[in-house]
Amino acid sequence: MSTTTELNIGHDVHHDEHHDHKQSFISKYIFSTDHKMIAKQYLVTGIFWGIIGVLMSVLFRVQLGFPGANLEWLRPVLGGWLTEAGKIDPEFYLALVTMHGTIMVFFVLTAGLSGTFSNYLIPLQIGARDMASGFMNMLSYWFFFISSIVMLSSIFIESGPAAGGWTVYPPLSALPQAIQGSQLGMTLWLVAMVFFIVSILLGGINYITTVINLRTEGMTFTRLPLTIWSFFLTAVIGLLSFPVLFAAALLLVFDRSFGTSFYLSDIYIGGEALPNMGGSPILYQHLFWFLGHPEVYIVLLPALGITSEIIATNSRKPIFGYRAMIGSMLGITVLSFVVWAHHMFVSGLNPFLGSVFMFLTLIIAVPSAVKVFNYITTLWKGNIIFTPATLFSIGLVSFFISGGLTGIFLGNSVIDIQLHDTYFVVAHFHLVMGSLSIFGLLAGIYHWFPKMFGRMMDAKLGHIHFWMTFIGVYLIFFPMHYIGIAGFPRRYYSWTNFDAFSGYTDLNMFVSIAAFVTVAAQFIFLFNFFYSMYRGKKAPQNPWNSNTLEWTAPIEPGHGNWVGEIPKVYRWPYDYSKPGAKDDFIPQHVPLSTTPESNLPHEQELAKQEQLNTSAHAKTTES
Amino acid sequence: MATTATMDTAKSRWGGGMAPMNTSYGKLMMWFFLLSDAFSFSALLITYGLIRYSHPAYSGSVADFEFSTEYWPIPEMVFEALPFLHGVHAPLIFVGIMTFILILSSVTMVLAVEAGHRMDRKGVIKWMLWTIIGGLAFLGCQAWEWSHFIHGTDEGTMTAAGEVIYGANLTINQYGPPLFASLFFFITGFHGFHVFSGVVINFIIFFNAVVGTYDKRGHYEMVEKSGLYWHFVDLVWVFVFTLFYLI
Repeated sequence: MSTTTELNIGHDVHHDEHHDHKQSFISKYIFSTDHKMIAKQYLVTGIFWGIIGVLMSVLFRVQLGFPGANLEWLRPVLGGWLTEAGKIDPEFYLALVTMHGTIMVFFVLTAGLSGTFSNYLIPLQIGARDMASGFMNMLSYWFFFISSIVMLSSIFIESGPAAGGWTVYPPLSALPQAIQGSQLGMTLWLVAMVFFIVSILLGGINYITTVINLRTEGMTFTRLPLTIWSFFLTAVIGLLSFPVLFAAALLLVFDRSFGTSFYLSDIYIGGEALPNMGGSPILYQHLFWFLGHPEVYIVLLPALGITSEIIATNSRKPIFGYRAMIGSMLGITVLSFVVWAHHMFVSGLNPFLGSVFMFLTLIIAVPSAVKVFNYITTLWKGNIIFTPATLFSIGLVSFFISGGLTGIFLGNSVIDIQLHDTYFVVAHFHLVMGSLSIFGLLAGIYHWFPKMFGRMMDAKLGHIHFWMTFIGVYLIFFPMHYIGIAGFPRRYYSWTNFDAFSGYTDLNMFVSIAAFVTVAAQFIFLFNFFYSMYRGKKAPQNPWNSNTLEWTAPIEPGHGNWVGEIPKVYRWPYDYSKPGAKDDFIPQHVPLSTTPESNLPHEQELAKQEQLNTSAHAKTTES
Repeated sequence: MATTATMDTAKSRWGGGMAPMNTSYGKLMMWFFLLSDAFSFSALLITYGLIRYSHPAYSGSVADFEFSTEYWPIPEMVFEALPFLHGVHAPLIFVGIMTFILILSSVTMVLAVEAGHRMDRKGVIKWMLWTIIGGLAFLGCQAWEWSHFIHGTDEGTMTAAGEVIYGANLTINQYGPPLFASLFFFITGFHGFHVFSGVVINFIIFFNAVVGTYDKRGHYEMVEKSGLYWHFVDLVWVFVFTLFYLI
């Protein structure tokens, strides 16, 4: 054929060889290089971590809502982490909060979300046989696995896991004598994070390269589904921000274990002066938040991409403002790197610098609002089909609005002085980053489950799951705004000792009960997920009448995704309800020349071009 | 395919079905890895800058300079020794030689890549060997420099507490504030580890070239990929050198 193929000979030969091989159990399910299996590995590991992270939140919600509760019956599980009186140990409480944050942000919403859907959808939606490097993809998962093992093991050691908050600010995290959680648990935390970063980089490099190099013929960047755009930009953000956390973590390792003072200076602990001089804990904050803020968008963007796809499909309308969506994601990507110090308004930052970061932060409202309006205008007057995935996507948009608005409050350096480190912040990021991304994850699972496992999830259970979770999330996090405005600080073990705060006990009890119910609802999902995997209704070829390429692959695609040639792409992925068309959707692989009835004027031109090309192609193959 | 002729414009190269920049996935991955690694080094060098400027600088004349933990030292007074020439004041000569060796090894790397393009196995073997030798020589020099830095000068430095300290480690430092030594060890160590990995990678490439792996494969692209990495490590050294030794 042409030079085109010569360039890719390496992959094609490699992938074609593997088509219908009988694989051993180990190479199929464990050390698999197939992107689909790796995606499922990420998904299952992510769900496992999700369960642990959520159960931890249940434990500390018990403490916050029912401060005197006797948990003696949990002693077989919690052991020494309960006080003599059967209450949660204060240091264990700190460890719970820390691990809940770490697990949810990194292990569930970064690895679980990006790892699952980038891996699963990138090759299938751009029309590639697999990732650019299947081997590196496998390594990426296994580094994540090692990281998981290390992090998990820290829960079982005597001094307990890290307890300095998920941001692990020094000096607290740097000094083992400060709290129990800064001993071995903190070391394991850092080791786990180093492996985690390696995993993210291996994955991210692969995603970016695959999107650039392995798109099928006709799949220009402006014909990519928005999911792919979001995964691509997420990987770019991760590639540029995680190495900075890597550097920060290594410096912290040296401070903890080798006596340096990069982050330490002028410290008295237990009446004793430490020898460390000259370092700066603020330096750590800068390095951490240079990752920490982009991390928010690493968690957010894939969820938004998934939503774009699901909302367009299920309102049977083209996505409103496709290019504006891409533009706003690009804008968010760039801005995510220049706003980190808005987490540090009260760290003694120069107020002028604060106002610069405030300005940059507030600009993010613009691309975010563009996205929200585009979701709403896509839904507007659509033939909305309320699948569980649609509901979760709409729920996501709702959180994006309600959680995003409080972001404007917090982005103001002056208002932040009052609200900093209160439950207002907790409410804000749990809505806009936590719940939003979890909803993206759940929507994605409901939507692509048929492709992943060849079976359908139960829609009724999905609806129940959605309504309980959606209402539950608002009942949990909305009251927290009030608690926060009243000045409740986050991360406190108990407020009942303070007169000023004890007035809100009933509200906290309410939040805790809402949390328990919402967590209970997740078991409906877990049942639905695992039951449907084996007993669900068999999935049809294209259950949602969707346009993207993954639905042209076999119902349960093998290694290599398509039997025979990879489909070519002739149009963008959002030709839903196109005037004049027979059906209300035209998949991307349908040539324009076969749909003259619905082509727009400029598409007629392209259709002519297509026919010329195919006839030329036919001629050359004859000769 | 006749269509390629009409499609071979810059615009349609991004149209899918081909590598848009005419670059293999492996080479692209190396570029992205280097981009990300550049950010880890940037983070460390910014750390260096911030900590350095939070310490007072030496304000007197160069001739009167004495080591003290009170101010950041002048680099040319710290890095002034040469092996076998005890007591000779040769500011920045040794590190200059080190830098020259590393840059020279980049040149030999370029020649190896070029030989690879011509499918000249012997040329690749020769120039890879020189590159490896250059890398090892740099690491050897660094080992000597570290060792000298750790052992310190004959006189040592008197601290405010009246105690004389010699050399430096991660917690004490005769040349200046302890963080000067910590940063020196951390950042040149981090870079040295990159050089070391580079030497290992280069050795694997060298070995594969010797046993003819790339001739069988039909191209020497691996040489090019490791070359990218090697040049990057060199480039980073230029920044490390500037910050630690020149400014």
